[in-house]
Amino acid sequence: MQRTVHPDQFEGLRRDFPILSRRVHGDKPLTYLDNAATTQKPNQVIDTISDYYRNYNANIHRAVYALAEEATDAYENVRGKVAEFVNIGNKQEIVFVRGTTEAINMVAYSWGRDNVGRDDIIVTTEYEHHSNIVPWQLLAQEKGARLEYIRTDDNGELVLDDLDAHLATGRVKIVTFSMMSNVLGTITDTAEIISRCKDAGVPTLVDGAQAVPHMKVDIANMGCDFFAFSGHKMLGPTGVGVLWVRKEILDSMRPFHGGGDMIREVHKHESTWNDLPYKFEAGTPNIADVIGLGAAIDYLTAIGMENIRKHEIDLTSYALERLSSVPGLIIYGPKDINRRGGVISFNFRSVHPHDVAQIVDDSGVSIRSGHHCAQVLMDKMDVAATSRASFYIYNTRADVDALMESLKTVARIFKT
Amino acid sequence: MSGNADIYHEMIVDYSRNPVNFGKIENPDVTFHDSNPLCGDSIDIDMKIDGEAVSDIKFHGKGCAICMACSSVLTEIAKGKSLDDVRQIDKGDILGELGLEHLQAVRIKCALLSLKVLKSALYTYLGSHLAEDAAGKTAGTDANDGGSGATAADIDRLKEEAAGLY
Repeated sequence: MQRTVHPDQFEGLRRDFPILSRRVHGDKPLTYLDNAATTQKPNQVIDTISDYYRNYNANIHRAVYALAEEATDAYENVRGKVAEFVNIGNKQEIVFVRGTTEAINMVAYSWGRDNVGRDDIIVTTEYEHHSNIVPWQLLAQEKGARLEYIRTDDNGELVLDDLDAHLATGRVKIVTFSMMSNVLGTITDTAEIISRCKDAGVPTLVDGAQAVPHMKVDIANMGCDFFAFSGHKMLGPTGVGVLWVRKEILDSMRPFHGGGDMIREVHKHESTWNDLPYKFEAGTPNIADVIGLGAAIDYLTAIGMENIRKHEIDLTSYALERLSSVPGLIIYGPKDINRRGGVISFNFRSVHPHDVAQIVDDSGVSIRSGHHCAQVLMDKMDVAATSRASFYIYNTRADVDALMESLKTVARIFKT
Repeated sequence: MSGNADIYHEMIVDYSRNPVNFGKIENPDVTFHDSNPLCGDSIDIDMKIDGEAVSDIKFHGKGCAICMACSSVLTEIAKGKSLDDVRQIDKGDILGELGLEHLQAVRIKCALLSLKVLKSALYTYLGSHLAEDAAGKTAGTDANDGGSGATAADIDRLKEEAAGLY
């Protein structure tokens, strides 16, 4: 049941996350600001995973003994939780995968190889994560197809005229894009892109890795054809994610991995496939972590995704305002708080982000420096790397203040 | 200040703001490029080689303060040295010069990228001369008689050294 959360209650959530009370570099409190990379886990998730291993660890789907039945129930229940969490009508359309990367690779392989041919066009964007570029490059190279980009503008937003130009060629087979940039925090105009693609009869894949943890996502009403997200960026464990595919498309896709559980009958020289979604879940799945993902969904649902979005808007506005006073600091991405999530990339004019991250780390503040698996975007921005702070439900204004203090140290050491 | 930020002493900050031997050489005898895929540091080294010595060396590229400072120090050490001496340059020479002996593992790559590029440039140079020397001889002659004094084994050793630096 969703409740309304007062700002102070977010502070209280911190008690659920044991890691947040640890110290680093001796006695410094941990300020964790790398949530776009991965989030910390509450006791509720950690305990759920331990409980599975302690009390009902068994392989699922086939054995008839009690443990296996409990494990199968717990695993399959999570499909229902996912369906409710992101509004999916048919649970058969939900495939558990390792994460967003595996989900996109599965689409590029199982759908792409039968639907993209020579001189066809795959459209992505300049602010994609490598996981939404490289699988398509592999497909394009194999098939003699072309990978085209929707450019980003100076404000870090997509130039949708590029989409129209690509669609006008009549050769586009899929448009694949992130719902939120993991570098700039830009929230993509998903509805507009999907609407233009629908008019052109082109299917869309939405990478929800950065969006699902931070805002209410409604897949049924979004109108896309493929949707992917990861568990570990939303309080869940690593190694589990979700691929959703519209049923008529999923039905037509060839298997990705062959093996146990994905088959109906196996003979010496041919096999037939299991029903959806099991046709795409070969081998023993990541049972413990799927169940852990269920606990993460329960946790987020209890807080309410609208409350989480409000909390992050508040924190991000505060951070943008404070960071803008640091001498020599450039902040990237949209200025309008309603068009960005809780991700802030920045650079000092004259200090490499790697040096920034190291000095900041010395005060116990964890931020990321690097290309954030988005080298196409780095090239576009003409930087080798950026520093990035990204927020989640357990972050507070005190965390932003700690970041500010450590950035002042950087400015002092490097005389910016 | 304590802990890891101690590495940012005056010398490192100065070198990073005003790197030494930074730039390109016109018509270098050898040039080599490499990068660190994880952090995006990217370094090119150009060398002029006069007979058996490095008569000029410059580097360019993008990197953090550690990378820039170490590249500066490395090129200062290598300039004017014989190829044999350059071959002997060790990571301890660079780290020691800048007081970075205790650099944490994740930053070692920043510090040693330019040394890796230098070793790679050297074996590229020696390799191309080995090929030239060999072309002037009958098959089976020991290439060690050639002008550069390098053998295929030397080059293999250099390649291994470069690959195993970090």
